[in-house]
Amino acid sequence: MKFSGGDLLMRALREEGVKYIFGYPGGAALHIYDALFKQKHIEHILVRHEQGATHAADGYARSTGKAGVVLVTSGPGATNAITGLATAFMDSVPLVVISGQVQSHLIGTDSFQETDMIGISRPIVKHSYIINKAEDIPKVVQEAFYIATTGRPGPVVIDIPKDMTDPNLKFEYKKPKSINIRSYKPKIDPHPGQIKKAARALLSSERPVIYAGGGVVLGNASKELIALNKLVKVPVTNTLMGLGSYPPKDKLFLGMLGMHGTYEANMAMHNADLILAIGARFDDRITNTPALFAPNAKVVHIDVDPASISKIINADIPIVGQVKESVLALIKEIKKSKIKIDSEALDQWMSQIYEWKRLHGLNHDLWKHVRKNQKILPQVVVQELYHATNGDAWITSDVGQHQMFVAQYYKFNKPRRWVNSGGLGTMGFGLPAAMGVKLAFPKDEVVCVTGEGSIQMCIQELSTCLQYGLPIKIVNINNEALGMVKQWQDMIYNKRHSASTYQNSLPDFVRLAEAYGHIGFKVTKQEDLSKVFKKAFSLKNRLVFIDVYVDPSEHVYPMLVAPNGSMKDMWVAKDKKA
Amino acid sequence: MKRTLAVLIENKPGALARIVGLFHQRGYNIDSLNVAPVFDESYSRMTVTTQGNENVVEQITKQINKLIDVIKVSDLTEGSHHEVEYVLLKISTKQFNQTFKRKLKYFEHHIIEQDNSIVVLGVMGNSASIDDFLKSLNKKSLIELSRSGCIGMHKSEKHLTI
Repeated sequence: MKFSGGDLLMRALREEGVKYIFGYPGGAALHIYDALFKQKHIEHILVRHEQGATHAADGYARSTGKAGVVLVTSGPGATNAITGLATAFMDSVPLVVISGQVQSHLIGTDSFQETDMIGISRPIVKHSYIINKAEDIPKVVQEAFYIATTGRPGPVVIDIPKDMTDPNLKFEYKKPKSINIRSYKPKIDPHPGQIKKAARALLSSERPVIYAGGGVVLGNASKELIALNKLVKVPVTNTLMGLGSYPPKDKLFLGMLGMHGTYEANMAMHNADLILAIGARFDDRITNTPALFAPNAKVVHIDVDPASISKIINADIPIVGQVKESVLALIKEIKKSKIKIDSEALDQWMSQIYEWKRLHGLNHDLWKHVRKNQKILPQVVVQELYHATNGDAWITSDVGQHQMFVAQYYKFNKPRRWVNSGGLGTMGFGLPAAMGVKLAFPKDEVVCVTGEGSIQMCIQELSTCLQYGLPIKIVNINNEALGMVKQWQDMIYNKRHSASTYQNSLPDFVRLAEAYGHIGFKVTKQEDLSKVFKKAFSLKNRLVFIDVYVDPSEHVYPMLVAPNGSMKDMWVAKDKKA
Repeated sequence: MKRTLAVLIENKPGALARIVGLFHQRGYNIDSLNVAPVFDESYSRMTVTTQGNENVVEQITKQINKLIDVIKVSDLTEGSHHEVEYVLLKISTKQFNQTFKRKLKYFEHHIIEQDNSIVVLGVMGNSASIDDFLKSLNKKSLIELSRSGCIGMHKSEKHLTI
């Protein structure tokens, strides 16, 4: 039997287990869309903007661990997918983005809707392909999924000129039985010698910290991390991307570290004598000034990507390998080792950390105190949400203050439940990402926590949610300004609020939600919050937009002092450095 | 310091662009670049020279290695190695005098074309001595100049092959 290029593509996607394609049609992709129409295995989700397609596929990928699939047309379709590609690239999310391209003979002639997708996307993809023989489609799709999901995951682009999917040209479906790419052999098992050294260093330390990042989530190694710490019982901190990989209620958990991390996590890092970094990349939002970073710490760094090791902070003991395999090897080595960790020193270290926490730790009980006749604190919104959902919802967010408040106060107790754009910091991510999560987990509660700035960047997807019946709950933490920008302007630019406010031009979000066929609630009083949440979550089959007006003067603290600060230098409140 | 990297890369469209793009994207400079398919033509060998301390070059090497089309990367500068560059020079016959010829005799060279007005020469040597040679010439005497960029190889028993 012979197939057109479009049919080859559909079959190849099906064989990769694809359930959903997020996309938007257009001229160069029409043959593919016709092939899509003629099959029943894959459902297409028609977004309202290609950026939404990429973020939705991204949300699907982050929540399931499988590759998300996007289909767009050439030219503007392809360029609109760029922000989503860069978002996925920065956070190592597996995506396969298929872009239509003008016909092969028109490439390079500035033809209608032509853009060099391969060239434009080059710095923000793990790899890319352009199809120049239709019969290669199955093999390329197979390789693309393999590359996207193995090693350090990332997005892969497949650019398909229109003539490659011509319905009149038929080919046999052929692909290799196994994948063998001679130039791509991702490392799985760590070097045993390095594991030995790491175990020795960890067991000989007196002030250790485990600094666990998004790699633990991506590498499905949360269980292993917990098992490791059952053995050594040392303090653990998570990066923004790592939240959910370690139980938040464990007394050894210090919360998030970095720019808006907890006081105790940042102090522990600065004063540690050993940092065990697992699937984290010493981002500048973590280290503050690299030269001043953890002056007395020996650094053990486990990462699947060798280029992440010793990029910013030199690793004394580098370990290249999959996080899961590396942590398992470390557990085995520690069990074998004759060295016993100095529990007295550890106790002292922990009491020092608890002292830091007592001094400037986060207050998770703000919600218990009702501030009558005052605007709602944004932190309280997150705390109320946490209790309304029993800490068990999938939460997506956009970017800014609300994102940090979620990271600080929503105590994620499972990996993958926290879906946010950490590396690129893409406003507009939250709502489409929530669509992807909801499609993957239709029975679970999916909440998009956003701000009135971010939500307006992809608000058109409210229409997609109606079309496909996606009853997401949107919590809009509305401070009537670009909160994080304004915070920096308050702190660094002497309160000159350049282009960070909207001068009474915000839409009525309740009526906007209603115009899109959904339900909207407006909340202005703290005492109404829990009631409204209860009501919203009882509306199981409806998308509810909850517009919460909060105190616009509120800042996110702690905040690392920059430039030229170390991790111990923090603002812990307005005008108060610690 | 100057570093010379050798890269084995799949001979596929766009593969070279990925390497060149990476240097720009990560803020590194390419001083010279040479690339051509070798053996079965399924892959190319590339020599790139760049500047940087050990940490910078380690990072460049790792980032290059991460590209899916890259088969192998080696920092030739790490050990002893051979380096050579070929130059095509066009000068006026009048300038092809004794002084010029004296400078030339330190290099492997040959005359490719010569007539009453023009001499085209091929000159081979390591990049540093070629730099010195070119600097010593009167700029006005050079009509045209083309350099291959450095190509390199590990010495003796160390090999870079697939």
